[in-house]
Amino acid sequence: MAEIPRTNSQHSTSSDDSQWPLWEVFLQPPKGQPHEHAGSVHAATAEQALQNARDVYARRGEAVSIWVVPSRAITASTPEDMGPFFDPGNDKAYRHPQFYKVPHGVRVF
Amino acid sequence: MSTPALVPYLLRLGDDRLVLGHRLSEWCGHGPILEEDIAITNIALDLIGEAALLLKLAGEEEGQGRDEDALAYFRDAVDYRNALMVELPKGDFGFTIVRQFLFSAYSVLQMEALQRSKLEALGGIAAKALKESRYHLRHSAQWVITLGDGTEESHDRAQRAVDELWRYTGELFAADEVDREMAAIGMGVDPSTLAEPWQAQVGEVVLRAGLTVPTHEYMQQGGRVGRHTEHLGHMLAEMQIVARSHPGAKW
Repeated sequence: MAEIPRTNSQHSTSSDDSQWPLWEVFLQPPKGQPHEHAGSVHAATAEQALQNARDVYARRGEAVSIWVVPSRAITASTPEDMGPFFDPGNDKAYRHPQFYKVPHGVRVF
Repeated sequence: MSTPALVPYLLRLGDDRLVLGHRLSEWCGHGPILEEDIAITNIALDLIGEAALLLKLAGEEEGQGRDEDALAYFRDAVDYRNALMVELPKGDFGFTIVRQFLFSAYSVLQMEALQRSKLEALGGIAAKALKESRYHLRHSAQWVITLGDGTEESHDRAQRAVDELWRYTGELFAADEVDREMAAIGMGVDPSTLAEPWQAQVGEVVLRAGLTVPTHEYMQQGGRVGRHTEHLGHMLAEMQIVARSHPGAKW
């Protein structure tokens, strides 16, 4: 029987400790850039997670927007996935875009 | 355009925030969870920052060469003008949160009015404090609902805090000649005008939290004229000892 692929939630949110659930925090730095992962906080509710994220990561004006996501909602690749997931890309040169001739009009743009 | 009411009025505003800020700072390292420890300490720093600005302005208006540090560290309890509510010991987390909620709701209304103060420096401080107070209110209101609507124990503790604190809420809205004079010349706000919107706001959150407001009418006061509880002296002793042992020390 094939082994069932093991997915690995990045952080355990089970109740092995007495902590509240964990939330991943994403901050959007000013100037319309994409949200970036900043870290994680514990909180009982989404609103509380938002406030904790603000207090821990954004109180010195680091962000214009905050996302919080329950850590358990994140499915992450495992270290064992490294080979099958990422290595094959490197020897398949045709997957990289440098073979395409860039039209002149695009280049000057 | 100065009035003898101005300095006492600024001291009341500043002392409320200095004393509450110090009470909150006592949670540093003792918060129920790391994130909340940081949140409470943040609020403490906001309040102490507001107090520094208000006391600095009070010192300038007084014109006797006292700066914010002199006013914070070299006045005794009888010279403090904070409301009694903010000097009560920090109690359990429920007590701290309920007090923060009651005070922040008051502070938001107060600062909304004060940002239009004819005393420009005060208006500027109020505009800054308003943003901070709104966040403090959001944070504490959410916690009041979480605790009130949580477990039996968290509900009981939150209710006990409401019961204990309620008799200190009247003082926040009691206007005397200082308040009325400041309101009359457009520099301050008459706190009695804030009572109604405060009750509506607080009532809504308390209801959502499944808590009840005591019905007794008795209200405790005295802080605005320097009659404090025994707790303030003890708190000030701790707060002031370094500054008084090493006057003029720099670090």
